[in-house]
Amino acid sequence: MQVYLPIAEISVNAFLLLGIGGIVGILSGMFGVGGGFLITPLLFFIGIPPAVAVATSTNQVVASSFSALLAHLKRKTVDMKMGTVLLVGGLAGSALGVLLFNFLRSLGQVDLLVQLCYVLFLGVIGALMFVESLNAIRRANRPGARVVRRKHNWVHNLPFKMKFRVSGLYISVVPPLLVGVLVGVLAAIMGVGGGFIMVPAMIYLLGMPTKVVIGTSLFQIIFVAGFTTVLHATTNHTVDVVLALLLLIGGVVGAQFGTRWGVRMKAEQLRILLATLVLGVCIKLAIDLLIQPTELYSLTAGAL
Amino acid sequence: MIRLVMFMIFLALPASAEEEIVLGLSHDQVAITATFEGSNILVFGAVRRETPIPDKSELGVIVTIAGPDMPVDIWRKDRRAGIWINTDEVEVDAAPSFYAVATSAPMRDVLHHVEDLQYRITAPRKIRAIGGQVSDSVAFMNALIRIRTDEGLYQRLEGAVDLEQDTLFRTAITLPANLTEGIYEARIFLTRNGRVIDEYITEIPVQKVGLERWLYNLAHNQSLIYALMSLAIAVGAGWGASAVFGMIRR
Repeated sequence: MQVYLPIAEISVNAFLLLGIGGIVGILSGMFGVGGGFLITPLLFFIGIPPAVAVATSTNQVVASSFSALLAHLKRKTVDMKMGTVLLVGGLAGSALGVLLFNFLRSLGQVDLLVQLCYVLFLGVIGALMFVESLNAIRRANRPGARVVRRKHNWVHNLPFKMKFRVSGLYISVVPPLLVGVLVGVLAAIMGVGGGFIMVPAMIYLLGMPTKVVIGTSLFQIIFVAGFTTVLHATTNHTVDVVLALLLLIGGVVGAQFGTRWGVRMKAEQLRILLATLVLGVCIKLAIDLLIQPTELYSLTAGAL
Repeated sequence: MIRLVMFMIFLALPASAEEEIVLGLSHDQVAITATFEGSNILVFGAVRRETPIPDKSELGVIVTIAGPDMPVDIWRKDRRAGIWINTDEVEVDAAPSFYAVATSAPMRDVLHHVEDLQYRITAPRKIRAIGGQVSDSVAFMNALIRIRTDEGLYQRLEGAVDLEQDTLFRTAITLPANLTEGIYEARIFLTRNGRVIDEYITEIPVQKVGLERWLYNLAHNQSLIYALMSLAIAVGAGWGASAVFGMIRR
C-alpha cells in the first residue's frame, strides 16, 4: 500500500515504514536506546530527503522514549533533579544545533555534517562499548575477580555543587549541563535522542548508578527531542507527521516485544550485540564517504 | 513599407491557418491523495485543416508536460582530505520540477534546433540558464537531467506519440508518485519538416487534496500548532502502546 507523504512529497510503501519502525522498536526495547541513530540512516536509504528524515526522527524518538519512560517511572528509577539539569543544557544545545543545521543547509554541507557525526560518534561509542562488554564477559568467566570501585576524579572538584538524592551524588552542575548541551546539539543535527552518548557519559563521567541512568536519560531525551521537533517544524517545516505516525506505530509495538526478549538475555551479551550493530552502521556510513560515489552530482532545492 | 511589413508578418505566421490542433485530455486536473501512486495522462487530438494534406513534407507532433519551475542547486562532490564532499555548485534559476517530451518520430526529424531554441522544447532548452562560477556548467546541466531522468521526473519519449493518417494523434504520459504540486503546463506542437506550424497550450492543475492538503497547509501556515499536534500524537502513541501491552500482560 503506497502512501503519499505530504511534507516529504514522495510516495512510499506503508508496510516498509511500519517494518522499519518495528525493527528499530524491537532494538530500542531490547537495548534501551531511542533508535534514532538507526531510523535516520534507514530513511536516507529509502529516499526520504535528509532534512525531513532528521526532523521526523526526533518526533519518533519522543514516542518510543515516552513508552519506555512509563515503565521506568513505575520502577522509580528516574532522577528528576538530574534530568532537569541535563534538560536545561539540552534545550540550549538543541537550539544551537538547529541554528547550525540551518546554516550548513544553506551551504549545502548538511549531508556531510550528518554523516560525519554518525561515523565519529557511532565509531567511538561502538568501539568503547564492545571492548568494555568483552572485558565484562571475561571477568564474569573468572570468578573472584576484583570489581573496580568508582574513584573521585576532576569532575568532583568543580564549583556549584548540588545534591542529587536519587542518584546518591553530590557533584557540580557544570558537567551535567555540558553533557546536556552536547546531547541537544546531536539531537538536532543527527535526529537522535542522544541516549547512546548520554548513557555512557552518565555512568563514566558523572558516576551515576546504572539503575537510574536509563530512566533519567529517557526523561531528558523526551523533552529535548520534543523541543527539537518543534524547532524543526517551525523553522524548516520538515516534520512529516504521516511518516512519523507510520514509524511510531511500528516502533511502539516493536518496543514492547523487544523489552520482553531483552529480559531473557544477559546484559553483557546484549551490550556486545548493540556494539556490533552500532559499529556496523558506522562502517557502512564510513565506506560511503571514502569510496568514490557512482553519482558525483546531487540536487538541493535552491533559494527563491 | 507597410505592405512589406504586412507581407513579412504573413510569412512569419506560417501555415497556422492551414493546420490547427484540436485537443482533448483524459484529466483536466490531478489530485494528490493520501494513496497517490502516480497518474497517467492521456493526451489526444486531431489536426484540423481546410485544405488537402500536403504530401511534400513530414508532419510531426510533439507533446510536452512541464511542472512548475523551481530554482535548484546542483552540487558536485570532490575528494578532500580523503573523503567525498560537495565542493562545486551551480545555481539554476528555474528548472521544471517535472518535464516530459513525447514526439511522433525521432527528435531530429520532427524538430529543427532553431525552433527548439525559440520554443524551448527539449529539456536542456527548457531549463533556464545560470550564473555559475564553474567552467564546465554543461556537465552540471547534464547531471541535473540525468538525475531527474533516473527519478522518472524528466522523460524523453521519442516516437511515443501515435500519429494516424497525419490527422489523429495520441500519447500517454506517466506522472510519477513523487510529484510536486502546482500548475502543470501541457504544450502540443505541430511541425512540418521540423518547423513549428501550430502550438496549443493548456494547464493541468496538480494539487494535494483532503488530508494531504490540510496537513501541508497546517505545517506551513500554523507550524507551531502542527508541531504540538505531532508531539501529542507521539506521546499518545507511546502511552497507548504501553497501556495496551500492560493490559495484555495482566
